[in-house]
Amino acid sequence: MSKVNAFLEEWGSYLWVALIETFQMVSISLVISILIGLPLGILLVLTRPGKSLENHFLNRFLNIIINVIRSIPFIILLFFMLPFTKFVVGTTIGVKGVIVPLVVFTAPYIARLMETSLLEVDRGVVEAYEAMGIKTKDIIWNVMVREARPSIILGLTIATIGLIGATAMAGLVGAGGLGDLAYRFGHLRYEPSVMYTTVAVLIILVQGLQSLGNVVAAKLKKD
Amino acid sequence: MIKIDHLSKTFKTKNGSVEALKDVSLEVKKGGIFGVIGYSGAGKSTLIRNVNLLEKPTSGTVSIDGTDITSLSAGELLKARRKIGMIFQGFNLLKTATVYDNVAIPLKLTGVPKKDIKERVNRFLSIVGLSDKADTYPAQLSGGQKQRVAIARALSHEPEVLLSDEGTSALDPDTTDAILDLLLRINKELGITILLITHEMHVIQRVCDSVAVMENGEVVEKGKTIDVFTSPKHGTTKKFVNGIFNHQLSDEMIESLKETGKIYSLKFTGDSSEEPALAIITKRFDIFPNILSGNITQLKEDPFGSLLVHFKGADNEIKEAINYLQEKGIQTEEVMTYEQSKRIS
Ligand SMILES: Nc1ncnc2c1ncn2[C@@H]1O[C@H](COP(=O)(O)OP(=O)(O)OP(=O)(O)O)[C@@H](O)[C@H]1O
Ligand SMILES: [Mg+2]
Repeated sequence: MSKVNAFLEEWGSYLWVALIETFQMVSISLVISILIGLPLGILLVLTRPGKSLENHFLNRFLNIIINVIRSIPFIILLFFMLPFTKFVVGTTIGVKGVIVPLVVFTAPYIARLMETSLLEVDRGVVEAYEAMGIKTKDIIWNVMVREARPSIILGLTIATIGLIGATAMAGLVGAGGLGDLAYRFGHLRYEPSVMYTTVAVLIILVQGLQSLGNVVAAKLKKD
Repeated sequence: MIKIDHLSKTFKTKNGSVEALKDVSLEVKKGGIFGVIGYSGAGKSTLIRNVNLLEKPTSGTVSIDGTDITSLSAGELLKARRKIGMIFQGFNLLKTATVYDNVAIPLKLTGVPKKDIKERVNRFLSIVGLSDKADTYPAQLSGGQKQRVAIARALSHEPEVLLSDEGTSALDPDTTDAILDLLLRINKELGITILLITHEMHVIQRVCDSVAVMENGEVVEKGKTIDVFTSPKHGTTKKFVNGIFNHQLSDEMIESLKETGKIYSLKFTGDSSEEPALAIITKRFDIFPNILSGNITQLKEDPFGSLLVHFKGADNEIKEAINYLQEKGIQTEEVMTYEQSKRIS
């Protein structure tokens, strides 16, 4: 017990700060990524052939952009984007500096996940609503997004977990977080207990998130 | 009420074009129940989907209550569609919403005042007999109950027209009849004009005043159900009508019976089914009718029967007896072969 106390005494505040940093990075970039990714996913579906906003050119364009970004590993994206990041937020370091690459990394992923979820929605229900004289924008929210919610939640859970993984690299631009803590102290300064504890915290975080996602999705799903 | 005028629809696909509708014209009378029957791929769904423009016609027009809906602007079309209810083979309900919400959400989205929504939902759920299921999710309902929710949803917009694209095709026979009875009641009590498509003669027989038979994108026969049933002209119609009787007679049997007389198929409806016509002709003419097979069924309100009869006797006596039957309004047709008995019986 005293060992645990001693450990917490020495590392507790570091862990706490790192956890908060990870939290900040994940939540801010997640919210922005959803704000970009969800509409993008809807656009990907609606511009498909035969859908209400059918637009071959726009659909191809979006698909190519998304595929290109999604082919680049985060660590490369992070450096590749430095000038852009500087331009957007005025800095390339700290939590602020890492949000831009995290969003660029996650938003297209979320768009893809949203697209898949929305495509699962029964075409017949959409048609029934069209037949009732309901506007496309209302159909998007009240039929497509609504019916896709369970699947959207599961997709967002996956995206969030991916995001936590990506934040491990954030230490490279001085943004801190759990990954950075494990790397700097656990690896470079060889403090195995810090490494293990950080890994344990990450496992609990990911497990907890996945369980939460599953529960919420199951609750929204009514069949 | 619904006037379909020279309607054609061609689908362009990668493998060429499909002419799903070829110059179709139909008129559905206000307050009537009109059925379109045809085999798979005949173009029935395409036809009904052109009535509310879920599919855009290649040429021709559709007018509802005198308004040509093919010429409406996007905004006007939204409004027009609200007066055309539609139900589907697959029910098409929101899985994530309760029965109540399935009816209420479209009302909200079409701008029905909040205070009226509750009253309307409850009224129409009670019409379809599902008041006690308001808080249930579709997954917990049977097919028939799901279709009732879909009907309540369609009716809640107080439409003048109800379209049904194979609305009973996914249901078992008893449930089909229950839904058909509900449609009849809606038609009578609410005065809603119904246009339905089906591949089941039973559906036409039970509820439709008028019928059109489709094949390969064309209407091959149309008219009042009773007329089309009693004197089908087109081969496909004959097949459908025969489907509800099903007389079985082998070629050998027909050959041997023909040695001693003639075989006729007799069809009678309404008034003609009430007179004992066969009994009368045995007294008047020197012939012996022998019923080989018979069946009587119901066409909406009229009884409708079909008999396969062997007449033994001299040719001229038979001829006169047949003339007499025809005068009494009975449809007659001589049967020569087994194939024919299947087709015309
Ligand atoms: N969207 C479409 N694109 C291309 N071809 C189509 C399309 N919809 C229908 N068709 C074709 O049009 C023809 C008529 O189809 P339709 O669905 O109207 O038939 P149906 O009478 O309703 O058949 P079923 O009883 O099987 O539902 C078919 O040959 C079909 O392949
Ligand atoms: Mg069909």
